[in-house]
Amino acid sequence: MAPLTGYRRPYPGTQPNHLHPTYRSSLKRAPAQPLVYLPHTLSEITGPVFGPEPADLKATDLTKQGHGDPLGKRIIVSGRVLDENGRPLRGALVEIWQANSAGRYLHRNDQHNAPLDPNFIGEGHALTDDQGRYRFVTIRPGEYPWGNHYNAWRPAHIHFSVFGPAFVTRLVTQMYFPGDALLPYDPIFNCTADEKARNRLISVFDWETTVPSHALGYKFDIVLAGRDATPMEI
Amino acid sequence: MSLQATTSHTVGPFFSIGLTRLAHAEIAGPGVAGERIVIEGRVLDGDGKPVPDALIELWQANSHGKYAHPEDSQEKPIEPGFKGYGRQPSDDAGKFRFTTIKPGPVPGPDGKPQAPHISVSVFARGLQRRLVTRIYFPDEAANASDFALGRVDPARRGTLIAKKAGGQPGQLEWNVILQGAGETVFFDIGL
Ligand SMILES: [Fe+3]
Repeated sequence: MAPLTGYRRPYPGTQPNHLHPTYRSSLKRAPAQPLVYLPHTLSEITGPVFGPEPADLKATDLTKQGHGDPLGKRIIVSGRVLDENGRPLRGALVEIWQANSAGRYLHRNDQHNAPLDPNFIGEGHALTDDQGRYRFVTIRPGEYPWGNHYNAWRPAHIHFSVFGPAFVTRLVTQMYFPGDALLPYDPIFNCTADEKARNRLISVFDWETTVPSHALGYKFDIVLAGRDATPMEI
Repeated sequence: MSLQATTSHTVGPFFSIGLTRLAHAEIAGPGVAGERIVIEGRVLDGDGKPVPDALIELWQANSHGKYAHPEDSQEKPIEPGFKGYGRQPSDDAGKFRFTTIKPGPVPGPDGKPQAPHISVSVFARGLQRRLVTRIYFPDEAANASDFALGRVDPARRGTLIAKKAGGQPGQLEWNVILQGAGETVFFDIGL
């Protein structure tokens, strides 16, 4: 076998640490011992491959998963999945999940006193095309309160899970919206120390993908390693 | 509103919403060659309490030590229908369970074989980055010379090695202790 090169590691501060005292759930869950440095072997540079699935339009259009239109503002979220050199990654599996327009998840543990929407499930998935592109139609998720601290509210966000080409490039993160006034107050968003890296999690309003009289477009590119790597955020 | 961190009003990640589609406990279906194993365990926090909202992902080679991936150019047989990937959420008691086959040895950085192992990602609320670890196997002579185990403090190596359980052949126990006494060894692979 040819010698393995491995993937480039992120710059300090551009990925969150495990322990963030301001994020209370990390206090009893972050490891106390230092991580053990592991060079990349065949085990790390390989990873699950997801073949072409039968076309499932409902999986990429979250507004078509019920019997009628979900409430809220329709949006189009699209972007590219890129490798550490900025090259598009085809066949990357992108999974998303989100709250409805009122800020409520369809989940037994979500006790927030906001209405469920019978026409909104809030999950989707897509494989990137030959240009590394994905595209979802959904509704803009609502902000929601959480128990982390007094008067804690999560900014509007969509959870993303991405499988790149390797075990190393596995990413779970969150996408935010430009201009959200809650971002400076959110301990989760602020777990990534580097401001430039953190701001990669904020989507950009996109005139090009906006559909006239139908839906605003937001662009969110995802970089799976290297200097521009998208920070993780579980 | 309460000042306490509670499980209600929780921040996602609500993995059981977004990531249930691919959840499956059986990694190797019938017809896949290899020694059948069952891996059971629990995810525990720094207080020894079960973590009911974790997600465990496994990645492994087949019994010949070949990954179902284009970067694996070894001349070893590919096992039809064997992807080597599994995903399971922990339950209310923090428990998870996988059935699979014991992987064969794959090459290490020096070209020498590594001891058989399964790569693991642990996701949970409160962990902004996933935790990366490995499952090794009991009674495995190759463990003594494995390069990754060799990087670990000998007193902590045991956290990476599954234990025989239940008296049944192939029945293994392997726990994830996120913090504190018996803390599992987690690896830094950069991302
Ligand atoms: Fe959320």
